[in-house]
Amino acid sequence: MKALMFGWEFPPHILGGLGTASFGLTKGMAECGDIDITFVIPKPWGDEPKDFAKIIGANNTPVAWRDVNWDYVDARIGKVMDPKLYFELRDHIYADFNHMNTNDLGCIEFSGRYPENLLEEINNYSIVAGVIARTVPCDVIHSHDWLTYPAGIHAKQVTGKPLVIHVHATDFDRSRGNVNPTVFSIEKDGMNNADHIITVSNLTRRTVIEKYGINPDKVTTVHNAVEPLSDELLNVEVPPKHDKVVTFLGRITMQKGPEYFVEAAAQVLKKVHDVQFVMAGGGDMMEKMIRLAARRNISDRFHFAGFLRGKEVYEMLKASDVYIMPSVSEPFGISPLEAMQMGVPSIISKQSGCAEILDNVIKVDYWDTNAIADAIYSIITYPAMYNQLRNNGLDEVDQIRWNKAGAKVIDIYRNLINR
Amino acid sequence: MKAICFYFQIHQPFRLKNYRFFDIGNTHYYYDDFANDEIITRIAQRSYLPANQMLLDIIREYGKKFKVAFSISGTAIEQIEQYVPEFIDSMKELAATGCVEFLSETYAHSLASLEDPEEFAAQVKAHDDKIYQLFGQRPKVFRNTELIYDDDIASMVQALGFKGIITADAKHVLGWKSPNYLYKAASAPKLRMLLKNSKLSDDISFRFSNPDWASYPLTADKYIDWIASTPQEEQLINLFMNYETFGELQPRESGIFEFMKALPRFAAERDVQFMTPSEVISKLKPVDALAVPYPMSWSDEARDTSAWLGNTLQQEAVKKLYSIAERVRLCSDSRIKQDWNYLQASDHFFYMSTKHSSDGSVHSHYSPYDSPYTAFTNYMNVFSDFSTRVEAQFPADIDNEELNALLLTIKNQEMEIEQLNREVEMMRNNIAKDLTGDFAPDEEPQEASKPVKPKKEAKPKKSAAKATKKPAKKTAKK
Repeated sequence: MKALMFGWEFPPHILGGLGTASFGLTKGMAECGDIDITFVIPKPWGDEPKDFAKIIGANNTPVAWRDVNWDYVDARIGKVMDPKLYFELRDHIYADFNHMNTNDLGCIEFSGRYPENLLEEINNYSIVAGVIARTVPCDVIHSHDWLTYPAGIHAKQVTGKPLVIHVHATDFDRSRGNVNPTVFSIEKDGMNNADHIITVSNLTRRTVIEKYGINPDKVTTVHNAVEPLSDELLNVEVPPKHDKVVTFLGRITMQKGPEYFVEAAAQVLKKVHDVQFVMAGGGDMMEKMIRLAARRNISDRFHFAGFLRGKEVYEMLKASDVYIMPSVSEPFGISPLEAMQMGVPSIISKQSGCAEILDNVIKVDYWDTNAIADAIYSIITYPAMYNQLRNNGLDEVDQIRWNKAGAKVIDIYRNLINR
Repeated sequence: MKAICFYFQIHQPFRLKNYRFFDIGNTHYYYDDFANDEIITRIAQRSYLPANQMLLDIIREYGKKFKVAFSISGTAIEQIEQYVPEFIDSMKELAATGCVEFLSETYAHSLASLEDPEEFAAQVKAHDDKIYQLFGQRPKVFRNTELIYDDDIASMVQALGFKGIITADAKHVLGWKSPNYLYKAASAPKLRMLLKNSKLSDDISFRFSNPDWASYPLTADKYIDWIASTPQEEQLINLFMNYETFGELQPRESGIFEFMKALPRFAAERDVQFMTPSEVISKLKPVDALAVPYPMSWSDEARDTSAWLGNTLQQEAVKKLYSIAERVRLCSDSRIKQDWNYLQASDHFFYMSTKHSSDGSVHSHYSPYDSPYTAFTNYMNVFSDFSTRVEAQFPADIDNEELNALLLTIKNQEMEIEQLNREVEMMRNNIAKDLTGDFAPDEEPQEASKPVKPKKEAKPKKSAAKATKKPAKKTAKK
């Protein structure tokens, strides 16, 4: 079975959970065998793992014919793409896109991030998708998140193959209800055109059904999972510490509910003093949070660690006694699973998708700062609580594997193809 | 001839309110009055009261041929007295028929039998006093919390003077043996053991109204037929269940009350009797001794104590609780004593169970908390406050031994003071006689009521009274 996937991020160059989830799912599906995955991303860097999926960069796919020879192509993009593929793709250009801003290879440049002209990039991505869909044979098309829905729809129109869209988040999650109409229309269009919709949690499934008016029969939940951590990450060294550490890791935006963490911290600090609170990450609410911490008079105990990358994340987790994710609306939320892998007891909001599959965490309403404070206090005060959550959490997260999620997705493919 | 021995369990814990860590040290009231009131009232209306009426009807019709036993925990009695006092009256009415036996248990429905023998004995006594005060019976047969039993408990129970104990028929203990006999405890040969017949008990309490069950619908004649067709030698069928079975676990519509009312008639036809545990013990002979080195119970699939002590949360909470037991016993504050009882209820630890699958659903069905972790947090917050209150009475930096020594000294001194006072009194009487005057007592009672510093005060008086023995010695020495 051949699957053509459209994604926006792929490790190691990731900006959020989308890349991690796309990667894990692809790998999990590959482990199930009998599947051949081509993964399209806007801009590969060359160091992406290629052992279980073929990576095609949209920025290396020609949309305008250029008379270039093998050596030139090899010199220009040889490290990210086989020149043979370039020429195959060049043979499938379906319209003249010379009016577009193309480079010496006839390719459109992509930032691969979330730039100001994101909508333009999404549109360009879908143009490129037309070339790829004509070139690469496939049985099913799979689009990850709204940025790639137009590309998926285009590929479906070109090939006539079934389209699966994977909803990692909706704009209702990102905006607390103040939906951007443009984004909504792209999402809605994708869902209408999809032959099947995969959501990362039942929470998201309900949003898709209720807010976008989609027939429940074509929406299935496939919960995310985690990759087992390498020993190197599990055994990162951190300096010894005296105080307990409570950590928030994530974008400091409205969706993640950072203010509830600050309020809960203020409550805990009224009662116990040997605790440090850390908010790691960046985002548009960071300055507001710094001011809030100052207003609550807890700045000496409340730290902003900035954006953490790669190994730093695991060092931070290793140094933590409690991990907290008070998201207002979280389609899934992989980070608590990572915290559990590092043996850190986690507190998550009931409004997160991962709450549906986790037992050995503390679940609270995101707005219930009393309950959050209580949970923090309990974990740092009662050793039995800490140990039970830690040990059972490790066991539990060990069972949450991508290959199980992958098998479910393959089942969905089969049903679509055999329909 | 066979006998059915019915025993019904009535227990309700005092559920804790949502107690935040912020309340520690500020609020000393721990209970969710609303939930406790609501639950006991609902169960009493739907189950306890109609079930009592049913038993009364049966007894009126069949007289002394129908008998049952009850075990009511102290905390349940307190809640009933507070919220549904009419049930106490109804229970007294049942007791007056003479067809009801009351069993002994721990007052708080606690795990003290596993953790603290001294506490255990005290609670059993408190419970039996309460039963005697209400129903005029002193229990002779013991029933431990959730039928927890092992050899050590058997010895303790025998030492407390009980003739028998009610317990479960755990497969890993009985093996091929049948629960339908009277047994004796290996560690306490005078103690008789009545084992629950799980299959037949659960047929009524869990499966009765389940339409997927192969034997549905269960009728009284079919049921008695099962009992009558057990092997000839098996003479005892112990049916132990929660009293909520009638009306709550098995709703009224299921016909459970009619089923019970019909039982005695069919039983009489098939020559099956009803007996109370005491009668069983006096009429039947034990067939064998059972040794139970590890505790068993009637809960969960495993029939052991893992429902309350299965994970680290539960172990920690129980360990912490009983670590201050000795201190609490030294306290005389009645509110501390009361909270101490309520906090020991095994239910609090049951809520902390992290078991999954079928057992887990039972745990979460009864639990007022949405997760075992919340249950633990809430309980430990309450416990923190409670232990600070206990500590406030006796500082933690004095260790128990030292404290005991101090308390013993105080106690001894009190006794000494009392004795010396008595002596003084006696001497005063002697003086009064000697002087043969009537004026002396006028002054002296005043002095006697002064705070007692016996030795110093006594001396001058003694020397003043020449006629008494001791001063006589003194003068002799001089």
